[in-house]
Amino acid sequence: MKTAVKEKSTDLKQMHLLTGAEAAARAMCQIDPDVVPVYPITPQTPIIQTFSQFVADGEATSEIINVESEHSAMSAAIGAATAGGRTMTATASQGLALMVENIYIAASMRLPIVLAIGNRALSGPINIHCDHSDSMLARDSGTIQIYVENAQEAYDFMIMAPRLAEDHDVLLPVMVCQDGFTITHTAEPIELLDDQDIREFIGDYEIPYPLLNLQRPTTQGPFDMHDYYFEHKRQQQDAMEHSPEVLNTIMQEYALLSGRPYEAIEPYRLSDAERAIVVMGSSAGTIKDVVDELRDEGEAVGLLKIRLFRPFPEEQICNALAGIPAVAVLDRAMSFGSFGPLYTEVSRSLYHSDVDLQNYIFGLGGRDLFPEHIKSVFQKMKTDRNNRSMQYLGLRD
Amino acid sequence: MSNDLKRYSDLAVGANIEPGKTYQPHTGSWRMGTKPEVHLAKCVDCMLCWVYCPDTAVLVEEDSFYGFDYRYCKGCELCAEVCPADAIEMVAEEKDLPEFGRITGGSNEDSR
Repeated sequence: MKTAVKEKSTDLKQMHLLTGAEAAARAMCQIDPDVVPVYPITPQTPIIQTFSQFVADGEATSEIINVESEHSAMSAAIGAATAGGRTMTATASQGLALMVENIYIAASMRLPIVLAIGNRALSGPINIHCDHSDSMLARDSGTIQIYVENAQEAYDFMIMAPRLAEDHDVLLPVMVCQDGFTITHTAEPIELLDDQDIREFIGDYEIPYPLLNLQRPTTQGPFDMHDYYFEHKRQQQDAMEHSPEVLNTIMQEYALLSGRPYEAIEPYRLSDAERAIVVMGSSAGTIKDVVDELRDEGEAVGLLKIRLFRPFPEEQICNALAGIPAVAVLDRAMSFGSFGPLYTEVSRSLYHSDVDLQNYIFGLGGRDLFPEHIKSVFQKMKTDRNNRSMQYLGLRD
Repeated sequence: MSNDLKRYSDLAVGANIEPGKTYQPHTGSWRMGTKPEVHLAKCVDCMLCWVYCPDTAVLVEEDSFYGFDYRYCKGCELCAEVCPADAIEMVAEEKDLPEFGRITGGSNEDSR
């Protein structure tokens, strides 16, 4: 265990030019899970394609199970994780939708399966580009959800995910969600950790009830009647409630290892802001640029990027946004008939404040978010106060 | 073990169940009118009934068939159906049987 935060590396010679998908695959290779049941789907395919190459080249020893669908992938993952093996998989969009039935089961069986997600719009109409509708479909499945901004975060959170998932106060599946194409297919210079450091950081896979432990046979995944189902669901909430503290410890340890400190949220030029945007995913990068530009012009604007969506870091968000008079939440998914899923969470968190809270839907099906859109949001927070209607960015209306 | 309902915080995670930690109701009460008896003279110890029994109602002693555990037998008739020696017969629930349904001596023809 190193005691001091490493010097942040700025030497490009130490960096690797990797896409987000390749970064996630490299993390998986270094974690070297026991079993990886997978089925390809755009834009996740390069994750498992790259990882399969690592296995074929002998860099990872994982058992890859090529299944016939994502439903089977998650079924095999449940079997492998129950048996007592560290298990990871990857999916997107329709594949995630097909997995969802079994993701609920993995979560209720408290199996620490790590999923790399390349966020993509759900059909229909069929579309291959990014929005968050696929992972929002699994919002209530009992899976921890982390949304990353870039390839470096994708790599870092893939490394941290097994530690979080496997902690005995947590024992839940973890999704590391990276925006399809914007992150999965875009190469960036990123810094990798040493294999040995990662092995020590993650440790051995130990779950309380491995099925193949013949010294302690158990019944797994039994039928629950009305007399116990409720209690077992309450346990899942308990696990979720424990996870932020566990994640904090892991992120602090990881900062010592990598020199990259993380939090469940990332406030950007927020402390003295009068107007702020809240967002998840790659769009945070564009918004930071716009914030910088507007700050240069003297505008008191800021950004709150949310990494951890489940469990929702309500208290941290409350504190980060305290005293900011106007906040706009940008959602990259819809909940038809209501507001955006991120907005509803943020508005509940800010229930007791008198903030002017607005909701924008943007980027569905890969629609670009341009700096002009972001500037218009900051502008409207000044001129169009108390607008309670759902608004759309980049939509022809 | 009695059926005392536990608090959520006292349960194993993931609805896992360790041996002996559950209430085991005697599901034999689910039988709908018939139960198996065995004519031991005919039994060839093939153990097919033991293999096919969907519960754990076929009792074994050493490597041999012993009898039926009526606490758990649900009267599904699978054992009687698969018995290659016709040693198992379904009889009325009300019929008085020796313990574990063990009919000793003679054949089932004789016992009628």
